[in-house]
Amino acid sequence: MAKMTKEEVIEVAHLARLAITDEEAVHFAEQLEAITNAMELLNELDTENVEPTTHVLEMVNVLREDKSVPGLDRELVLKNVKEHEAGQVKVPTILE
Amino acid sequence: MNFETIIGLEVHVELKTESKMFSPAPAHFGAEPNTNTNVIDLGYPGVLPVVNKRAVDWAMKAALALNCQINRHTKFDRKNYFYPDNPKAYQISQFDEPIGEHGWVEIEVHGKKKRIGITRLHMEEDAGKLTHTGNGHSLVDFNRQGTPLIEIVSEPDIRTADEAYAYLEKIKAIIQYTGVSDVRMEEGSLRCDANISLRPYGQEEFGTKTELKNLNSFNYVRKGIEHEEVRQEQVLLSGGVIQQETRRYDESTGKTALMRVKEGSDDYRYFPEPDLVDIIIDDAWLERVRAEIPELPDARKARYVSELGLSSYDAMVLTLAKPISDFFEATVAAGADAKLASNWLMGEVSAYLNAEQKELSDTKLEPAGLAGMIKLISDGTISSKIAKKVFKELIEKGGDANNIVKAKGLVQISDEGTLREYVTASLDNNPQSIEDFKNGKDRAIGFLVGQIMKQTKGQANPPLLNKILLEEIAKR
Repeated sequence: MAKMTKEEVIEVAHLARLAITDEEAVHFAEQLEAITNAMELLNELDTENVEPTTHVLEMVNVLREDKSVPGLDRELVLKNVKEHEAGQVKVPTILE
Repeated sequence: MNFETIIGLEVHVELKTESKMFSPAPAHFGAEPNTNTNVIDLGYPGVLPVVNKRAVDWAMKAALALNCQINRHTKFDRKNYFYPDNPKAYQISQFDEPIGEHGWVEIEVHGKKKRIGITRLHMEEDAGKLTHTGNGHSLVDFNRQGTPLIEIVSEPDIRTADEAYAYLEKIKAIIQYTGVSDVRMEEGSLRCDANISLRPYGQEEFGTKTELKNLNSFNYVRKGIEHEEVRQEQVLLSGGVIQQETRRYDESTGKTALMRVKEGSDDYRYFPEPDLVDIIIDDAWLERVRAEIPELPDARKARYVSELGLSSYDAMVLTLAKPISDFFEATVAAGADAKLASNWLMGEVSAYLNAEQKELSDTKLEPAGLAGMIKLISDGTISSKIAKKVFKELIEKGGDANNIVKAKGLVQISDEGTLREYVTASLDNNPQSIEDFKNGKDRAIGFLVGQIMKQTKGQANPPLLNKILLEEIAKR
């Protein structure tokens, strides 16, 4: 049975930019552990000769021709933006 | 302790398709900020990406030109990260089934040929462009978001900064020949990151690598690698440990500085892109794309040597950029001597383009014009010196070399009688020079030639003038 630690939950929460408290991390660790353990049941199946499935659809090669249509009106684009300047979206600087 | 440098390069190339990788918004460089976007690029809820067929064709074309094997079953994956340059908070890329793998290119450094392996070539989408204003905020332009990219990852086969430079030149040339990208580093349609590590000679295992970013020209790639080699060597020799980290090359200081400690691949939580179905490439598709690949630089180079008699070095330089190579071929086709055409393109033409910071297509020079001028040199109508005047006219104003020569009266004087008149007059006016010559001062001849050249505006046929001058002076 896999063990899910509080630290792992905090790490994953950070990658998803979710703010969680220590208590929540402990709580979610328990829940996630139960979920991953339930998933372990699947490991009992022999999948040796089964191709991995990435889609349940039979469809392949859904492609479009390389034709462009004009971009959205910039006024419209910037309507959903908190702050903008000179036609650009203004965000706090985050250095990589 | 002596260290061996291990270098692997990641090259990103923007494909110059009309529309984006997964959306029909225009994919053009240089538009007003945020005017080339749509709901797919901006990551609106409920939208679905659809793959651009030409982008797949072109990625395949580039992969084949780089000698890659094409994966007949290829798919897209989602790479998750948070950064303001990407409104979706993930990039659609390819993880375990890239379109191309196991390729190679051949480079030549200091006369030595070497094959550099290409691990993989995969398709992905570009992110928006961030401009840091320096006062706590940044501005984002999403025009570039979703532009089709290919990423070309080399094997860690590169050992020196010079090899890295040669590899980049070769990749750039091959991609340019296929026509799928402008490969202009200054416009960001070709970008390069370098992975560098050191290991003691003889050690099999690689050392810890650092990744170098912000390399904005081939020269900065070279300089950045050279600096990083020295830095890592100093750390190792003083007993330190290299951390796996991303470093930024600073153009103003020529040094590299820590950007961030590297995220592992796990942190990107790749998973198969649920919004896109798999791509199966059948023989017909593959062969159609293969048939569209034109003659590539190495093949052209070999042909210039075997058929046109150029030196290997000249052929290499001429084939480095397709516009020059195409121009050369058209000039030869218009009747010019191949060796002379090559000399002019690599000499005067390239010097002019460098000095003026121009591309060949920005000038008025046409292959027929250059060929016409070269023919006039070949048949002795004009001297090489006069040709430089004709050339300046041709490259700045265009036109026909013959007409320029006639209109400006630049035809070389090769008539013996006419030249003899100039010589006689000159000797009559310069008795001192005759005496000097007889007293063994050969310089006197140079003086007389200079006088006559001045009188004829440089149009006297130089070898003929010399011959007649020596004949006439001997008679005095």
